[in-house]
Amino acid sequence: MYKDIVLPRVLEQVVNCKDELAQFYLMDCIIQVFPDEYHLQTLDVLLGACPQLQPSVDIKTVLSQLMERLSHYAASSAEVLPEFLQVEAFAKLSNAIGRVIEAQPDMPTLGVVTLYSSLLTFTLHVHPDRLDYADQVLGACVRKLSGKGKIEDSKATKQVVALLSAPLEKYNDIMTALKLSNYPRVLEYLDVPTIRVMATVIIQSIMKNGTRISTSDKVEALFELIKGLIKDSDGTSNDKLDEDDFKEEQNSVARLIQMFYNDDPEEMLKIIETVRKHILAGGPKRLPFTVPPLVFCSLKLVRQLQGQEENPFGDDASTTPKKIFQLLNQIIETLSGIPVPELALQLYLQCAEAANDCELEPVAYEFFTQAYILYEEEISDSRAQITCIHLIIGTLQRMHVFGVENRDTLTHKATGYSAKLLKKPDQCRAVYACSHLFWVEDHDNMKDGERVLLCLKRALRIANAAQQMANAARGSTGSVMLFIEILNKYLYFFEKGNPQITVASIQSLIELIMNEMQSDSTTSDPAAEAFLASTMRYVQFQKQKGGAVGEKYEPIKYEPIKA
Amino acid sequence: MVLVLALGDLHIPHRAPDLPAKFKSMLVPGKIQHIICTGNLSIKEVHDYLKTLCPDLHITRGEYDEDTRYPETKTLTIGQFKLGLCHGHQVIPWGDLDSLAMLQRQLDVDILVTGHTHQFTAYKHEGGVVINPGSATGAYSSITYDVNPSFVLMDIDGLRVVVYVYELIDGEVKVDKIDFKKTASIHTAH
Repeated sequence: MYKDIVLPRVLEQVVNCKDELAQFYLMDCIIQVFPDEYHLQTLDVLLGACPQLQPSVDIKTVLSQLMERLSHYAASSAEVLPEFLQVEAFAKLSNAIGRVIEAQPDMPTLGVVTLYSSLLTFTLHVHPDRLDYADQVLGACVRKLSGKGKIEDSKATKQVVALLSAPLEKYNDIMTALKLSNYPRVLEYLDVPTIRVMATVIIQSIMKNGTRISTSDKVEALFELIKGLIKDSDGTSNDKLDEDDFKEEQNSVARLIQMFYNDDPEEMLKIIETVRKHILAGGPKRLPFTVPPLVFCSLKLVRQLQGQEENPFGDDASTTPKKIFQLLNQIIETLSGIPVPELALQLYLQCAEAANDCELEPVAYEFFTQAYILYEEEISDSRAQITCIHLIIGTLQRMHVFGVENRDTLTHKATGYSAKLLKKPDQCRAVYACSHLFWVEDHDNMKDGERVLLCLKRALRIANAAQQMANAARGSTGSVMLFIEILNKYLYFFEKGNPQITVASIQSLIELIMNEMQSDSTTSDPAAEAFLASTMRYVQFQKQKGGAVGEKYEPIKYEPIKA
Repeated sequence: MVLVLALGDLHIPHRAPDLPAKFKSMLVPGKIQHIICTGNLSIKEVHDYLKTLCPDLHITRGEYDEDTRYPETKTLTIGQFKLGLCHGHQVIPWGDLDSLAMLQRQLDVDILVTGHTHQFTAYKHEGGVVINPGSATGAYSSITYDVNPSFVLMDIDGLRVVVYVYELIDGEVKVDKIDFKKTASIHTAH
């Protein structure tokens, strides 16, 4: 009865009254008052009335509300969905919107987008598996927007963001959203800052859902979508962007790169090459953020391939660690001149270690060379030098792939750098750290007791010099801390069985320390005293262990300082 | 009972996108009294996140940390225990327990917490305990292969500390615990 009698009469009245306020109110009433099943069945009639209303009526709100109600109705239970299909709700609504927009050529962008946004929400609820419907909606929106240039109205912009976010939330999978061919086209109409906001929304959706992006094509499509973050858009500069915001943006791109993965090495290499191509366009401000994650992705691939036997009959084009190292070299090189020398040095050393594990001596040597060049030419800040020396010594200590000559060259350089640090205490510590370069466990041919001792003695000389300098500069000889550290190193190598470290040498070092501590000119240092005490406790423990260790330590004598 | 969370080497965003979801759901604000972090977070967002878990946050500097103001080493006293914290790239050879024990003697602490190797270890010797909480995100390491995400929770109670290690293995969180008792300190009077 409603359909045949009530509604047509009511609508006739509404149309005839020709008063825009009344029309709007009455349409709203009809929609809100009557149940949704009625609306579904009478869609033709209801929608047919819309173009007949006064042009100034806010028809978009009317239609949006109708679609919203129907969306909720659809969401309320799955049983009603077939009804939607039966009445071809989607087609009717979509046509109605088209007609309304055509009838009002002056409708502002906000109106157009709001209508399509409501229609899209409707579509996502009612026909969640019909990607083609969703794509149609976006396509229609694009057509209506074409010719208008970039959207400037902020409310309209917000609506577009809502429009584009809806599929992301619904599908929970960026890959599905990417299948909507019109999706990127809608994005084009947003202004540059909003494109970046949208890109961040996309990345967040991926992170939240833990989506793995597994082919280079998908990476390509995704980077196309978020290109606002990857590089500067033509003509715009990034000065307006707050530095913290920029960092956050680039860090989220870095996190995104971690989500690219495929078990198949060939495909993974393609992914790496695709990422590299895109991040290179990012310019010097972005590379320090985007290069490291790419480097580590590549190193993970190297490790994966390490386990596999290299196939001698394999294709030249197949993925090998060597190939990846070549790529890595090129990737890290892009950092040169930015300048971020410490970062580049760290990355070169990481690669050197990986090359070591792959038994690729020349590759490892090349990476070390690059790292050393950076140290010599570009790292002048004292604190940075200390960190870099630690990394150089620590990495070199672990390398087993070098032949004697190569190893000697690199070790000689490292010890040289250590002795040239600015502050004497830092020199001392770096030099005694170098002693470990001459003693590697599990490699008997890499245990050179004499050179260990030479290092330790050099460290002692530096410590002495430091004392003298302190005396000259401040009148008191500063702390004996360095000597106690060196003593501990003596004990370390003594225990490891270095024949050059004798009980006598340890004993005389202990006496030296005791003398220094008791001397009037030495400033008292509770930390040094505590360190000496704990060192001597250690000696005591070792003696008490008995057996070979106990015997070794037995001859070492120590008298605590009398108060 | 004082709960101390020890973790580090997250390497976000260079080597890992985020903490594993299962860890995040376990780490709830307000339950932990102190956080000690070995370093290599490496960005401010991670610092801020840790701060929301517990305001008493101690961090030492890792070589990739964005904030260069973190100290190289730190010592603090919790209850009866003196704890030392250091990232560990400064102690060579990396991961060598004897060299770490030397640092422990130098800092004069009962418990030394270091990282860098991304490998969980808890080593007891006469001088005390050396703990490495591993990498909380399972980040790539040139030193350790097949890193499982892990972190440590210490329950300090009087002279006893129970070390709980949480490891994410094949998607499941496995817990192990180790007990340490400290003998009352014997220092010879000077």
